[in-house]
Amino acid sequence: MTNWTRIVRGTIGVAGVLAVAELVSRAGFSDTSLPPASTVLLRAAEFFGDTEFLSAVGSTLEAWVLGLLLATVVAVAVGMALSTTPWLNRATRVLVELMRPIPSVALIPLAIVSFSSITESKVSLVFYSACWPILINTLYALRDVDPLAKETLRSFGFGKAAILLRVSLPSAAPFVATGVRISAAVGLVVVVSFELVAGNGEGVGGYLLQTQSGGGRPDLMLAGAIWAGVLGALINVGLVALERRAFRWHAVRTEASA
Amino acid sequence: MLEVANLSHAYGDAPPVLSSIDLEVRPGELVSIVGPSGCGKSTLLRCIAGLQAPTAGQVRLDGKPVDRVPDNLAVVFQDYSRSLFPWMSVRDNVALPLRRRRKNRAQRQENAMKALESVGLPDAAAKYPWQLSGGMQQRVAIARALAYGPEFMIMDEPFGSVDAQTREDLEDLLLRVRGNSGMTILLVTHDIDESVYVGDRVVVLSKGPARVRADLWVGLPTARDQITTRELPEFVHLRAEVGRLVRGREAADEPKS
Amino acid sequence: MTAITGDHPAERPTGTNGRRRRPTGVPGLRILTGGAARLWLVALLVGCWEIIARTKQDAYFPPPSTIVRVFHELWFSGPATHLFLTDKALDDFQPSFVNLFCGWALAAVVGLALGILLGRSSVAREILDPVLQFGRAVPPPTLIPFFIVVFDFGAQMQISTIAFGVIWPVLLNTADGVRTVEKLQLETAEVFGITGAARLFRITLPAAAPKIFAGLRVSLGFALILMVISELIGSTTGIGAHLISSQQGMELPEMWAGIVLLGILGCLFNAVFALVERRFLSWHSRARGLDS
Ligand SMILES: Nc1ncnc2c1ncn2[C@@H]1O[C@H](COP(=O)(O)OP(=O)(O)O)[C@@H](O)[C@H]1O
Ligand SMILES: [Mg+2]
Repeated sequence: MTNWTRIVRGTIGVAGVLAVAELVSRAGFSDTSLPPASTVLLRAAEFFGDTEFLSAVGSTLEAWVLGLLLATVVAVAVGMALSTTPWLNRATRVLVELMRPIPSVALIPLAIVSFSSITESKVSLVFYSACWPILINTLYALRDVDPLAKETLRSFGFGKAAILLRVSLPSAAPFVATGVRISAAVGLVVVVSFELVAGNGEGVGGYLLQTQSGGGRPDLMLAGAIWAGVLGALINVGLVALERRAFRWHAVRTEASA
Repeated sequence: MLEVANLSHAYGDAPPVLSSIDLEVRPGELVSIVGPSGCGKSTLLRCIAGLQAPTAGQVRLDGKPVDRVPDNLAVVFQDYSRSLFPWMSVRDNVALPLRRRRKNRAQRQENAMKALESVGLPDAAAKYPWQLSGGMQQRVAIARALAYGPEFMIMDEPFGSVDAQTREDLEDLLLRVRGNSGMTILLVTHDIDESVYVGDRVVVLSKGPARVRADLWVGLPTARDQITTRELPEFVHLRAEVGRLVRGREAADEPKS
Repeated sequence: MTAITGDHPAERPTGTNGRRRRPTGVPGLRILTGGAARLWLVALLVGCWEIIARTKQDAYFPPPSTIVRVFHELWFSGPATHLFLTDKALDDFQPSFVNLFCGWALAAVVGLALGILLGRSSVAREILDPVLQFGRAVPPPTLIPFFIVVFDFGAQMQISTIAFGVIWPVLLNTADGVRTVEKLQLETAEVFGITGAARLFRITLPAAAPKIFAGLRVSLGFALILMVISELIGSTTGIGAHLISSQQGMELPEMWAGIVLLGILGCLFNAVFALVERRFLSWHSRARGLDS
């Protein structure tokens, strides 16, 4: 199976789905609210020149990136601190188990009332929801570090910090990265949700809400969703590629054992 | 009657694994196949069982070409632990193939218990495969094939990981089952003694690509015994000959049968 | 296509270094000290929050005792004949739960069926791969405005949002699980004449079950999130609607009670799912545990 057949088949799939969507809307199976696929794609392309939409995307991405970065730094640091202090780890486990299941979107109303600026609310919300996957992956990964590797270093007289830096972190890194990737997707959902609920025209969510006024512009709504999907897919592909490059040794190891 | 004619096989573009294999197995016969490891024994069995289409040649069972797994044929796979289903109890594993035999649940369970008893594992029925040792798992795989009641049985190193005592018991069980049911059996083994002890014939394969190097008739009496048969001068002689053939010390290209 | 295991790293094979020294001593005492070692931090934090909230009288952060009282009054102070549920509880819970489970079940059924198809056909997989990767990447809330236009406000819109959002983990995990069934297991089935539906239900699906369950678990978590968000935006009933209306009415203890309720629901779903998994997948974890 070469790469070419993959690409050809994938293209056929995309074209097929678009064709079916086009036909369904043109044939008028559903009511008039379903715009033809070609119109939606056209609108999505027009967004490239739409400064209002682009600035909305920018504001969404800004909050998302900030929250995710903050969460990564904090969660990894906390994870490391916890895994080196067992008594604290034991005590925080219950806390984590209590807080993690709270659906982060449930905190949207709280975020709306407790921060003065919209950006602040968005970043905090992304931060909160992105923390958990990263923290939990960090904790699990650090717990599973090969003790033999640690003991080897210890036998050469290395201290705790050196072991953490040279053995624990590198071997935990791939799983932390997986956590970041999960958090990235969750974070995007949370930002857009916040914008949709807060309803003051901020970001992609705010833009989508505006298109609802005056009977609604389903073509713009779907074009916006396509942008969001493409962004999400690009982010995911980018992060996967980054992981592959950074942790080539890891991929080799897990594939060999799978 | 199994006929293998001019069978060759290659995996993709790799050099051929099997080259022009000819083999005949008459009804009720037990034929052992020995050969160096990696020479293509499992590949040969998979082609015969209809699990794999050979690149050339033909397999016929009772005159009909084999293009999928015939329904009177059972296989005991070399990789027994992965061929048992971990989500089913041992009894359900053994009873599973009986669905095809149009039996009701009670009959299936009863047959499964009988087969488990015959391999000495009646107590393991309610356990799961992964709770058993390798040797016990192998016996479950054998019990499953026996419960199926095939006319033709293909076994790929079926006693590979059992201890010596159990191995002898299973060899005798196999001979007994064959005697009672008249099953035709094709058995691959890497144990030269075993190939001679259980076989009516021993087929020796050479390596790279596999060809039939020798096809020896085992002229030992049908009733065999672990102690006395292995003492017979014919046994000792045959064993040495097979051993030499497997190691390739003797250019015995002529099959003597 | 890769399987989604969500933020549950317990899914990946753990090393052999799970050795734990068991403390020795009086068992009762051990449980007590163990419980204290686990719970002191939570108790401390709740205590601090209570004290600070009482002294500062911050309207946004009511003390936990108030939240618990409001939580109880709102939903669980009903008559015993109603299992102590209040009328408000019935009004809030029912639409939320119905939408949640309808959306999740719809996604599960469609995802499972499509996943089996994709798992068995590599051609279908390659044709649909880009479409699925894209569909999975669309943040489901972005579709809510569109669903509102199509279905108007109400259950249909919410169920569609949930179903669209949570189908991906089920679909991709099922496809992955079905695709990676051991070849030898399928061959064994073939040898013994287990084909067609029998093979699907007795071999393929059980073998893929660990991955399918992982997908179902992740999507149940997503479903709760999407239930809330769809109610925050487009509903006047349900727990999410309670949340947003109490925020808008500045009834902050009520809002906090809603957050607590959703947290408890999240925990509950996790626990129930863990039980179901233990019941149906014990063979998997135990077989793997013995392997290492
Ligand atoms: N599925 C496969 N694809 C490619 N090569 C294979 C495959 N199965 C076996 N082989 C190769 O064919 C040769 C014979 O294998 P096999 O029949 O398993 O030998 P044996 O059973 O005698 O040990 C080996 O060199 C092995 O690497
Ligand atoms: Mg072999």
